[in-house]
Amino acid sequence: MIIDILSNQQFLWAALIGASVGAVAGYIGSLMLTKRMALMGGALGHLTLPGVALGLLYGFDISLGALGCLLIGIFFIWILERMTKLPFEATTAVVFTTFLATAFLFLPHEETHAALLGDISKINFSVALIGTVLSILVFAIISFAYKKFVLIGISHDLAQVEGINATRYNFIYLLCIALVVALGVRIIGGLMTASLVAIPAATSKNLSRSLKQYALLSGLFGGFSCVLGVFVATAANIPVGPSIILWSALFFAVSLFFRKS
Amino acid sequence: MKKNKPVLTVKDLNVVLGEQKIIQNLNFTVHEQDVLVILGPNGAGKTTLLRALLGLVPHTGIITWNKKKIRYLPPQELINKKTLLPLSVREFFSFKNISPRKITSRIKQVGLKKSILDKPLEHLSTGQFQRMLIAWALLDNPDVLLFDEPTAGIDIGGEETIYSLLHKIWKEKKLTIILVTHHVHVVWEHASSVLCMNKKLLCHGAPEKTLTKKVIEQTYGVGAKLYDHRHSV
Repeated sequence: MIIDILSNQQFLWAALIGASVGAVAGYIGSLMLTKRMALMGGALGHLTLPGVALGLLYGFDISLGALGCLLIGIFFIWILERMTKLPFEATTAVVFTTFLATAFLFLPHEETHAALLGDISKINFSVALIGTVLSILVFAIISFAYKKFVLIGISHDLAQVEGINATRYNFIYLLCIALVVALGVRIIGGLMTASLVAIPAATSKNLSRSLKQYALLSGLFGGFSCVLGVFVATAANIPVGPSIILWSALFFAVSLFFRKS
Repeated sequence: MKKNKPVLTVKDLNVVLGEQKIIQNLNFTVHEQDVLVILGPNGAGKTTLLRALLGLVPHTGIITWNKKKIRYLPPQELINKKTLLPLSVREFFSFKNISPRKITSRIKQVGLKKSILDKPLEHLSTGQFQRMLIAWALLDNPDVLLFDEPTAGIDIGGEETIYSLLHKIWKEKKLTIILVTHHVHVVWEHASSVLCMNKKLLCHGAPEKTLTKKVIEQTYGVGAKLYDHRHSV
């Protein structure tokens, strides 16, 4: 049976996009943990749902719909925060729950499961290829300026004094997160995207003694959880999102016994 | 005493955040090799002043720097985040792209051992952390150092060592130092000039001429005491 699954093309494409999106989500998640933004991944996942619903209704790519919705949602959060001076979490909560409620108004009932918990049945070669290339692109951007992102995360003021344009880097960072979430929603669903960025980084934090190890392990745990999750979901015919998250949570639970700090 | 050249001139500085006036009409000058201590109670606008001087908060008025290499250390903000990441001291220093030899020499200059480079930040004591930050600031050979409460959270013995270290570095490197604190005794021991503020300027000048009992009471409220235990410099 294992050989049957491994030779199944559908599985291979899903595993390829899962490995690359999972790895880059884990990697960018290591930065989100520094900025205490881990839960933002969840809110952003919920923001994508109207776009996912429209994609499912009208037959266009759900990641494209997700990305469009994310950009509109982030714009609303930003403008509301400026207008009202409410805390960032408050405006985020207002916008993401509104988006979520809107999505449920027109999300086809039979597609709810796929939209919330992920679906790999529609992943083909071109989807896997585009997803992998975009993941590599985000990885390249983040790794090029990883140290700068970390310094901004530790202290915005210190980074500015060192000559880093923190506002510009934060904008690039947010765009990268939006792209990763839009890609992640396709595999894991819109309900639990926080897990894709938060759990691998948390596991890695438990095990690492240096920044290098931390960044590397975050990516590895993210990628491995996705591949194993896709494999078990295919073998046992269960939803792929929960399968990936439970693998990720298992790694986290094991890491608790090997904590370095 | 003849004054050195001005390093910083501030004219009519105002900072308004939301509807609150944080700083009102501040005017002062800092000269080369001055140690300026900024005194004031909590909420007086001391940290905002430092951030305004660096262009980190919106403000009106004119701030003129005659030096380029200015380094700022917000120690409290950094200490609060030291457990967030498994970051070693060596990795923290690697953000600057400076040769390992120079890093080692700066580490020794602030009285730390070379072996500290391999420690994670979260394992450093508060005193070690502050010393490490001073070493970090010194790496670029700055002309001016700005410190915000460098000894908060350190016990009295450790606090004195940090100030003595800053004093030693100030003498060796001929730096200009601007220091925010609410410990009045620092002024007597280390400052060449003092600025008291509580949103507005309350005093500015040489400590022995400026820092009277009346000024201290104006700054901190009635009941505040003036301890003069000046050491020889």
